[in-house]
Amino acid sequence: MPTRTLQHLIVNGDPHAVAVAPNHSLLEVLRYDLGLTGSKQGCDKGDCGACTVLVNGEPRLACCTLAALVPEGARIDTIEGLAGPGGRLDPVQEAFDRCGALQCGFCQPGMMLSTRALLNRTLEPTDADVREALGGNLCRCTGYTQIFEAVKVAAALARGEHVPEPHDPAPGHTVLGSRQRKTDGHLKATGAAVYTDDLSFARMLHGKILRSPHAHARIVRIDTSRALALEGVFAVLTGEALPRTYGVIPWTEDETALAVDRVRFVGEEVAAVAARDEETANAALALIEVEYEVLPALLSPEAALAPDAPSLFPGRKGGNLTKHVRLDFGDVDAALTGAHALVEGEYFFEGTAHAPIEPHCAVAEYDARGLLTLHSATQIPHYVHRTLAKVLDLPPDRVRVVQPALGGAFGGKSDPFGHEIVAARLAMMTGRPVKILLTREETFYTHRGRHPMQMHMRLAADAEGKLTGLDSKILIDGGAYSSFGLVTSYYSGQLLTAPTGFATYRFDASRAFTNKPPCGPKRGHGSVQPRFAFEIQLDKMAEKLGLDPIELRRRNDVGPDTTTVNGQRITSNGYLECLRVVEAESGWRERRGKLGFGRGLGVAGSSYISGTAYPVYPNDMPQSGVQVRLDRSGRAHVMCGASDIGQGSDTMLALIVAEELGLHPADIRVTSSDTDLSPVDLGAYSSRVTFMAGNACREAASTLGILVRDAVAAKLEVPSREVAHTPGRWFWLGDPTRGMDTRDAFVLAETAHGTLGATGGYRTDKTLGGPYRGGTIGASPAYSFTAHVAEVEVDVDTGLVHVRKIWAAHDCGFALNPTLVEGQIAGSVYMGWAETVMEEQAFAYGGPNPGLLRGPNLLDYRIPTTVEAPEIACYIVQSMDPNGPYGAKEAGEGPLHPVLPAIANAIYDAVGVRMDRLPFFPWRVHEALRAAGRAGGR
Amino acid sequence: MLRIAPTFSVATPATLDEALALLARHRGEAALVAGGTDFVPNLKHGLHAPRIVIGLGGIAALRGIEFGPTEVSLGALVGIHELATHPEVAALLPSLSQAAGQIAGPQLRRMGTLGGNVCLDTRCVYINQSESWRSALGYCLKKDGDTCHVTVTGKKCVAAASNDSAPVLISLGAQVDLVGPNGLRSLPLEEFYVNDGARNTVLAEDEILTRVRVPRPGATRRMAFEKLRLRGAIDFPLLNLALAYDLDSAGVLSRPELVVGAIAARPRRVRPLPEGLLDAALVDAIAQKAFDAVRPLTNINADVDWRREMVPVLVRRAFAASRSSPEVS
Repeated sequence: MPTRTLQHLIVNGDPHAVAVAPNHSLLEVLRYDLGLTGSKQGCDKGDCGACTVLVNGEPRLACCTLAALVPEGARIDTIEGLAGPGGRLDPVQEAFDRCGALQCGFCQPGMMLSTRALLNRTLEPTDADVREALGGNLCRCTGYTQIFEAVKVAAALARGEHVPEPHDPAPGHTVLGSRQRKTDGHLKATGAAVYTDDLSFARMLHGKILRSPHAHARIVRIDTSRALALEGVFAVLTGEALPRTYGVIPWTEDETALAVDRVRFVGEEVAAVAARDEETANAALALIEVEYEVLPALLSPEAALAPDAPSLFPGRKGGNLTKHVRLDFGDVDAALTGAHALVEGEYFFEGTAHAPIEPHCAVAEYDARGLLTLHSATQIPHYVHRTLAKVLDLPPDRVRVVQPALGGAFGGKSDPFGHEIVAARLAMMTGRPVKILLTREETFYTHRGRHPMQMHMRLAADAEGKLTGLDSKILIDGGAYSSFGLVTSYYSGQLLTAPTGFATYRFDASRAFTNKPPCGPKRGHGSVQPRFAFEIQLDKMAEKLGLDPIELRRRNDVGPDTTTVNGQRITSNGYLECLRVVEAESGWRERRGKLGFGRGLGVAGSSYISGTAYPVYPNDMPQSGVQVRLDRSGRAHVMCGASDIGQGSDTMLALIVAEELGLHPADIRVTSSDTDLSPVDLGAYSSRVTFMAGNACREAASTLGILVRDAVAAKLEVPSREVAHTPGRWFWLGDPTRGMDTRDAFVLAETAHGTLGATGGYRTDKTLGGPYRGGTIGASPAYSFTAHVAEVEVDVDTGLVHVRKIWAAHDCGFALNPTLVEGQIAGSVYMGWAETVMEEQAFAYGGPNPGLLRGPNLLDYRIPTTVEAPEIACYIVQSMDPNGPYGAKEAGEGPLHPVLPAIANAIYDAVGVRMDRLPFFPWRVHEALRAAGRAGGR
Repeated sequence: MLRIAPTFSVATPATLDEALALLARHRGEAALVAGGTDFVPNLKHGLHAPRIVIGLGGIAALRGIEFGPTEVSLGALVGIHELATHPEVAALLPSLSQAAGQIAGPQLRRMGTLGGNVCLDTRCVYINQSESWRSALGYCLKKDGDTCHVTVTGKKCVAAASNDSAPVLISLGAQVDLVGPNGLRSLPLEEFYVNDGARNTVLAEDEILTRVRVPRPGATRRMAFEKLRLRGAIDFPLLNLALAYDLDSAGVLSRPELVVGAIAARPRRVRPLPEGLLDAALVDAIAQKAFDAVRPLTNINADVDWRREMVPVLVRRAFAASRSSPEVS
């Protein structure tokens, strides 16, 4: 081990003498030596800004600063030191908390410190100053919209101005519908929120995973003896020790924690070690010898499905075809043949990654009683729980999965992962806690990103502009394993039939295994790609028919309380209102087609599920369970298995309890996503949490509410139905002065009814969906609707597409907390825009190692900064869903879909070229412009 | 987390002589570091395995900006952010100021130094990756391998000079001071760079770059810097370009300098360039010269043909920016 030297630093005003290793960055010293885990590690190497700290007052990246080179006596300020005496929040923290700028909270310590440094220079920053100052801090959740707002508020607060913070509940509500801070906002604002890599245990070992350098190879031999002999190594693990296959969908369990016999993509897990530190573990990996027999790499669905292609899974029925879906609704061929207008197009969506700023991390503990606890950066603890029990052959009651604070997920932390199983097994082998923190590069290999799709569509319309048929054929690149692919295959067709309907429909989707990291669910799972194609088809059709694209959508709106062509039941539907809002707000009628060459407007719409009627493993138990208890202290505690991944589901639960029990949100504690402590919820995916956990929570809280009401009524000697409450107080409606504090009401209730607790559960309606094979996939208790207008400016010299503004109207049923809904809308818009203009999962298709992921890091895989982020205007449309909690539906994924085609359609309005292939890199736009004779420049 | 292999100790000399002595003692096994913004990621990627890392940050002689009668002398430790925001630099050397302001992001500009940027190691999509990634690739000419994945057949590394300061400083006729065991030597920055991506400077293993000296431009000198990138921050250049020329009161352009970077191992100085009345035809002629002179490669993560097409676009933009800048109006 290298010699450490003593260094004196003033950290947050406290003098520290730290023994610094020469190879450690300042970030490692702060996080692991001093325990100041508020500074985050996101990209490994200076590309993301999560590790920003102030060194002598200036923002710097701790991960790229060798600690030994920090001047003696330097003043280091981290997020932990930002609050003032007594924990009084700095105006920056206060504003970020207040404005909803803290979603997952992982990039925010760095972001807040950059903001603090900006405000130290000026208290009246311009918009350009803010964008410039935060340009080195990447955020993946917010789309920067609420961050810009927060910086403005912070500056005003720092100037001593009063900035009002209204909490106006919706009519008929005491809490819901008002703007509320997040229950964990304060923790995230102060750096106190604990993420998985912030955990540290005595005697903890560090695991590292050896990965395949080949896209496709047979493992001939593995020799781990030299690694095991290295001093400081405690265990070495290979695939044969964990042979049981698993997968998130029970019908397609084709993964193993470590490769057995064969590797199927570059980066696949092959062997693992546990050692005293990461450096030793890395050294041990280098000593593992693996002999491979390299096999041909199949890097496209076409290659994989060729008749003579070798199988990725020899002996598997169906070969490399993961899933083929073909569904016909009505006579599509007749509709196409007899069409007044026919639009045919070919579209391509390249794969993209979730790129949450927090890399995957898992920490396992195994105690003497034989209890396994896994802390993991997962968004579905329940499926991890099931998988650990299965693969490790443990009774489920011996396994506990805990999700600490999560630094962004977007679908990328939905699958049970090999590194989680490996950490658990290494802990069981060594009897010591084991942490595995993936590097950014490994996170790209873990992937489960959006599937590349080749889409061919034919759309027919009659002379009145009614759509008569859609024929859609889709080829899906699945990567090496199934993951959620069975569902993806269906979603690529099943989720396209609203809000714009068509009379007949055929879709034919094929998902192929290829030698690439497995694809999976990314925000808007399965439907973002076909939605891109379809909404451009609509734009082309409108032009062909001489109709305004919004008018075409209006004429074909499926409307509320209807059934779609593929049998999905639609209840509430606010799509027409969404269209009306974006049409009016964008000045569509006055401005479209009139902004001059280079500038244009485009529209698109979409619909998305609020959870699925059927869980991924068949059962008739509730999809979501909630337990609420309260007592004489005047506090309530709500427990639920749902995962708060930054979207604010803990806050949603707290607000519902506050609404039902006459409490302030601050009076409520939430314990979520701990399989020992919280009732089962299936996790944060398919936009199910608000709808399902919200309903479950309402049931539990209202049950207790009746008990409290009865006790209060008895005390006041009035009928129960005449008792009401506001946060902090229960009272008689007949004379509101007759009442009591909520705490006293709880004392009465506990006195009358004994210990107070209740559970609630949400079960889906299993009659939903079409009466055909696959008809249940995509069946949801409620659908959200969205419409966007995008305004773009195309630089015709360079081909760069500058998206100036997006107007996004989203029907979420009812906004339980508008601040969080707007955060979900803006974050979705950002993510879709980023996929449109710059993100692409790129591989080497030739060269010495076909299948090697090009640039698996946050410098080569570019995600947008504050500087180029568009203005995003969010509009909430409330259709009051009959089955949603208080009318609420989803908001987290639907608003992503229309961005991509809206931008494509705006480009057409701006410069008259169709962009049918994503992403719209400037060279592609430039080439299209040149082909059309419209490029500037030379 | 990507960890740095524990191969080295760290020294923080207080004087240039101490630093030179350390360099001499550990010849071939030492690495010099100032801001570390590029060096530390490269360490994490296993591109270097020094036995000693010599931090230059404490050496006062390397600091400071001096405005002399004939030249501006910039210490190697002058910060990028300092350079970007210095009002006198902006007034006198606007293109240098513009370039500095577009390097990386705000935090890295506060860490990085001019000397570090001038000495920035060349970059390539095949080299700035982790050890395991490069191993899976089979390594490359720049380190540990014998194949160039860009040119495939070539035997010379073509990793690209990706520093935004270099084209500007060359366009301004800058000299660099290098101090070694035999004292000081100065040379034009253009000669500091050589056409080998494996090691693209003539800085000897026992030398330290101490200062960059830029001649004071005359009153008729116009200049501009343009950078092509997809994001408005963080990114290295996909292409960068510096322009400088004299423009007399009759509108006649003379002594033009045009330097294009992020192409090959060293910035490309485009010449000869036509002189004469500065009109659209002259701009077109110069843009065409630049286009003809530049052949981008696949060493950078952006389409090659497009990058070449963008050369004349940037030339035109540089002319527009240089003419409209307030200092020269």
